[in-house]
Amino acid sequence: MLHIINKSPYDRPALDSALQTGEGGILFTEDGVYAIAKGGAAEAKIKAAQGKFKFYALGADIDARGLSDRVMEGISVVDYGGFVDLVAEYKTNQSWL
Amino acid sequence: MTTKKFMFVNRKAPYGTIYAWEALEVVLIAAAFEQDVSIAFLDDGVFQLKKGHQTKDIGVKAFEKTWGALEDYDVTKLYVAQESLAERGLTADDLAIPVEVLSRADIGKKMEEQDVLLSF
Amino acid sequence: MAIELNGKSYETDEEGYLLNLGEWNEEVAAFLAQQEGVNMTDQHWEVITFLRDYYNEFQIAPAVRVLTKAIGKKLGPEKGNSQYLYELFPYGPAKQACKIAGLPKPTGCV
Repeated sequence: MLHIINKSPYDRPALDSALQTGEGGILFTEDGVYAIAKGGAAEAKIKAAQGKFKFYALGADIDARGLSDRVMEGISVVDYGGFVDLVAEYKTNQSWL
Repeated sequence: MTTKKFMFVNRKAPYGTIYAWEALEVVLIAAAFEQDVSIAFLDDGVFQLKKGHQTKDIGVKAFEKTWGALEDYDVTKLYVAQESLAERGLTADDLAIPVEVLSRADIGKKMEEQDVLLSF
Repeated sequence: MAIELNGKSYETDEEGYLLNLGEWNEEVAAFLAQQEGVNMTDQHWEVITFLRDYYNEFQIAPAVRVLTKAIGKKLGPEKGNSQYLYELFPYGPAKQACKIAGLPKPTGCV
């Protein structure tokens, strides 16, 4: 399953909930991209889960928030086309509200 | 006109919602009416001040340029919560404009001094 | 709403402010000025240019007090006062000049 998370990990527990579902992919969009910034409190959670999950983030949202120079390792940055490809690639997907 | 002490408390990340931009507009309006305005940035609100926003691909105005106008509006009291910066891996150097970094407790004291607090 | 001028159409809001900043040109500015009853001189254009530069730099149209101060800093105190600006734009320098400059209504202008 592909989880799509668009809320900041510091504001909502969507990332924590998604990580507890087992394995798959997680795509961060909009305010969700704050999760992949180096040095933030969410970094460790993602590192710990990298064996079970693949992590992706939308480039336009990273750039908008001034984070392009602090994307942590192990994150695939995708464009809008890549977003569509991911949704097609995974059997199911879920947008966390 | 009576001058009151207004503090705007910003707790939301920019762009994901409209709160941050609305807050800035109200700050400018209050300042245009020559009120004593300060802004506190807490929690995800500190992300509004992060340097280097490139918003072309999401099609909205970036904040960074408008922060520069605050001085023209005599809005110079900008307080940022130290704990919120640290939790997000940020320091004052990562921010687009000079601010006063304070502990949450000290921001709490500043809140006590206000006539009006508006939360965004 | 829209302005039709020399075969081109410019969309405006209900108060006559241009919706698309990028469509602005001196021709449409002159037309807007005429509608406002403002006879454009070099002094008027100077303020219009100043406002457009201010918007490009800060992404907002300044309130009148801020405009006055900023003009004073850049063009000198004899221009940075509300009397001078109201003589040029009698219905409010911020409001009227912003409209002619193709900017949105100034923030803080109600």
